[in-house]
Parts: sequence; structure tokens; C-alpha cells
Amino acid sequence: MGLYMVKKLILSIPLLFVISFLTFILINLSPMDPAEVVLRAQEVPQITEELIAQTREALGLNKPFLNQYTDWLLACLQLDFGDSYVTGESVWSLIGPAFLNTLKLTLVSSAAIIVLSIVLGVNCALREGTLVDQSIRGMSFLLTALPSYWLASIMIWYFSVKLDLLPTSGMESYASYILPVTVISVGYIGIYFRNVRSSMLNQLNEDYVLYGRASGLSEKKITLHILRNSLQVAVSIFCMSIPIILGSTVVIENVFAWPGLGRLSVKSILSRDFPIIQAYVLILAVAFVLFNTVSDIINAALNPKLRKEF
Amino acid sequence: MNMLEVRHLKVWDQKSHNVIIHNSSFQLKAGQCLAIVGESGSGKSVTCRSLMRLNKPGIQQSGEIVFKGEYLNQLSDKEMRKRRGRNIGMILQNGMRAFDPSSVVGVHCKETLREHFGWSKSEIEEKMTKAMERVLLKHPMELLNKYPYQLSGGMLQRLMIALALVLSPDIIIADEPTTALDTISQFEVVEQLMGLRESTGCSMLFVSHDLGVVQKIADEVLVMRHGEIVESGTTQAVFSEAQHPYTRYLVSTRRELGANFNMMMQEDNMC
Repeated sequence: MGLYMVKKLILSIPLLFVISFLTFILINLSPMDPAEVVLRAQEVPQITEELIAQTREALGLNKPFLNQYTDWLLACLQLDFGDSYVTGESVWSLIGPAFLNTLKLTLVSSAAIIVLSIVLGVNCALREGTLVDQSIRGMSFLLTALPSYWLASIMIWYFSVKLDLLPTSGMESYASYILPVTVISVGYIGIYFRNVRSSMLNQLNEDYVLYGRASGLSEKKITLHILRNSLQVAVSIFCMSIPIILGSTVVIENVFAWPGLGRLSVKSILSRDFPIIQAYVLILAVAFVLFNTVSDIINAALNPKLRKEF
Repeated sequence: MNMLEVRHLKVWDQKSHNVIIHNSSFQLKAGQCLAIVGESGSGKSVTCRSLMRLNKPGIQQSGEIVFKGEYLNQLSDKEMRKRRGRNIGMILQNGMRAFDPSSVVGVHCKETLREHFGWSKSEIEEKMTKAMERVLLKHPMELLNKYPYQLSGGMLQRLMIALALVLSPDIIIADEPTTALDTISQFEVVEQLMGLRESTGCSMLFVSHDLGVVQKIADEVLVMRHGEIVESGTTQAVFSEAQHPYTRYLVSTRRELGANFNMMMQEDNMC
């Protein structure tokens, strides 16, 4: 098992190189000349050819493409993503705190999603076809169909304005987490708990469940066996949902004025602040690779056959 | 004395109102082996599940199931669970699928024995080792730490028998225990099942469509077709002077198919 983990982690390294290279290329394909962007941001009154050439030299844009890439990559490895074209501050000082804020929101939401999906999925599967099962499925269908910005606005109006129970925006206290986490989780839970439910139902018909019951094992023990076997698909989905949420909090962050990655990235895209966009894309891509590897490792722990094949 | 008596067992699907078993009544005498034979879908396995009250959700049953004078159909779920494994054990058809694929096989044995006897780890290991050696499984401790996919179907079947040896229930329900096996493993498993009966003195309900095996192991036979018992009697009588045309048809066709098995059994007897 330890060996499997090390191998998986080593295998993800080449993938990270490919991703960083693609990130770099994509940004360089953009039609805007970075030198021009910098000059505009500094509000230089007249942008001459000469000025552009000078700036290109200063930014190192005249070096061969591969050199630019290796310089950037080496700097990135030391968490130095360059300086913002617009404000001149270091990218890390802008993106670091924002990343942390979004990460907090993502992790709390993911925990809520995972716990509730499993609890609801297991309970619905064990009560298949009953009123409980049907009403939970109906409710989830409704909630998943609601657009998150609408749900967010309604919840702010009801819980923050009308009842005055929770803060409308910002992240001052733990209470600030409640509304955004709820809005993010609702959509995902509605989809994921169905996954847990249906794989539980598949497992319920397996012979080992019958044999467990025929041997007089308690339902609790049998449910644990079933859960372990049915979670394998769900683990992959759960792990991939973390980077997905990380990259898709834009709407929620804007509605709740959450000082996170989503808002920063939209702002940077509008002002064509390339170093920030590059760092943003890179961080998300690394998160995808990382969580994919984590899900492989968890699945190997759950399923002995996966370990063997390696 | 009757170990188990089934009266007017009816099993049906709640949704489609499809009747799976119409009205079955039979007895299993103490220390005897009763075989249920019949084609796939005739209701053999459903009968077994009904006896343990382990029908799939949506399947209903009525009728009386009397085990040693106790009405199993009236017991609470908790009381019924205590009978399963300890008083009425089951051996399934496909050993590969009878154990949780993500746990080593020892986990099931440990959990079962702890549930019924509350033994310590070392006690369980000691009893399992002894029983596994009885059914000719070598290196018991190693085997218990293997995953089902690392073992063969015959080995898993014998492991189920070993567990039954330790539990020593009053009745063993063997649901097509030899169907998924090749001829050699079939032979070994039948030998072990017969050994299990001898050493625990249990009654056995043996479900099969392999008449060769049935002839070897059973004292009495029930023939089922379309959810109804069409014939019953001692093995000798059913095989030699069957009344129902369906039984005569089964006996004549299956005899040819079971020839291999019979040959092996005879060779063994000669040795």
C-alpha cells in the first residue's frame, strides 16, 4: 500500500509538467501584448513603439519562448508567480489569501456534501420505495434544479434580512459560512446522494449480503460492508468535486462578497492581468491532479483488487 | 421427530401479485437430508430464503414454519436473527460472491462467530483452524487473510462448510452448493457436506438440479415445478418409481448429465 502511494505520486509529476506547459502556452496565445497591458494599467498617456519595446525587454518577453517558460516554472516552484501587471504587487500576496479563503469555503462545503450524501444515500437505499425515500428524492430534485444565485438571494432575504439570523455577506465569523456552504452543497448533494443510493442498491442484491444475513450478522455490520463496496465510485466523484467547487465559486463569492479566488480571477480576466490568471489556472490544475491521485489512493485502500494490479 | 415443518407456504410478489410458491408443505426429519430438485425458476431458492425469512424486498410470504416446535414466522426480527447461522445455517451456490470482495474472508468468520458466541480472537482462530483442517483446507491462517478473489470457488465453498462446522447449526440449507464447481471440486464439496452431517448430526436441506449428487446425499426428495411440489418421497422411490411424468423426465435426462460425477464417486468407493 505504501509503495502504491509513492508510485501514484511519482506518476503525477510528469502530468503536472504537461499542465504547467499548456497553461503557459494558452496565456501566450492571447492576442493582447502583455507589454501594452502593463503600460495601459500604469496609465501612461502615450504608448509609443519605443515604450512597448522597452517594457518587453524589462518583462523578459524578448527571450526565446522555452526560456521564458523555464524561468516562469522555476519561479513558480518557489511560489513566485511574478508581479501583477495592474497593481504591481506580487501575485502570491494577492492570490495566496484569496486561495485560502476559497479553500476554506470549499473544504467546509465538501465535508457537508460528503457527509450528507452518504447519510441520505444510505438511508434512502435501505428504505427503497418508501415514503421517506420518495420524498427525499423529490426534494433533492427540486433543490438541484434551482439556480444557485437565485437560491442565494432568497436565503439572504429570508435568513439575513427578514429573520436577521445570519450575516448577509463577508467572512467575519463562523456564521458567515452557513449560507454560502448551504447554497453550494445543495446542488451537489442532490446529485451525489443518488449515486451513493444506486450503488448501495446494486450491492444489496449481492450474495455476500444474503450470506451475511443468513449467518445472523447485525444489519449495522452488513451495512458497513455494503457501504465500503459501494463507496468506490462515490470516492472518485467526491474527490473530483473539491477542485470543481474550488474553480466554480465565482457566482457564490460575488453574491456573498466572499474575498476568494473566484472574484479575484474574474477581476484579473477583465483587466487582462496575465500573471494572476496564469497562477490561478495552474493552482486549479494542480488541485485536480492532486485530488485525482488522492481518490486513486483511497480507492486502492477500499478495493484490494486495484492494489494488486499495480 | 420433525426438525422443521413447513405448512402452506405461499410466496408472492407484492407489486405484480405474481405467485412464486403456491402452497408448499413438507417436513424435514431430524438428522435427515431432504433434497429439493427442479429446474431453474421452479422456486427452490425462494423456498430456502423463505425458511430463513430472507426474501428480497417486495416479496411476501405466508404460512407456518415450525422449527423444533417454535413458529419461526411469528418471531421478532431480532429473535429470528439469532436463529440464523446458529440454528439454521446456509451454504450458498457461488463461493466467489458469498464473501465481501473488499474484506479478507476471515472477517466474515470472525464477525459471525463473535456475534453468536462472543469468542475472543484467539478462540475464533483456534476453532476455525481446526474446522478448516477437517475440510482439508491447508494453511488455515494464511487462507483467512486472503481476499475472495485470491481463492478458488471450491475452497470458498469448503470454508463455508468449515464455518458451519464451528457453528454446528441444527439445520443446514445448502442452496446449489455444487452447481458453480467443476466435477473434481463438486466431489470434494459433497464429501465435506456428508462429513459435516456426520460430525454435527444436523439435518440438511439440499437444493440442486444435479440428480447425481442428490442420489448420493439425500434421504428424501421433493420435486418442484412452477412453484409447486409435484412429487415427494424417499430418494429410492422417486428415482425408481416416479409417479409424475415431469419427475420421470428429469430422472431420465439428468442421469446422463450426472454420469461423470457418478463415475468419480464409484471410483472413490473402490479405492
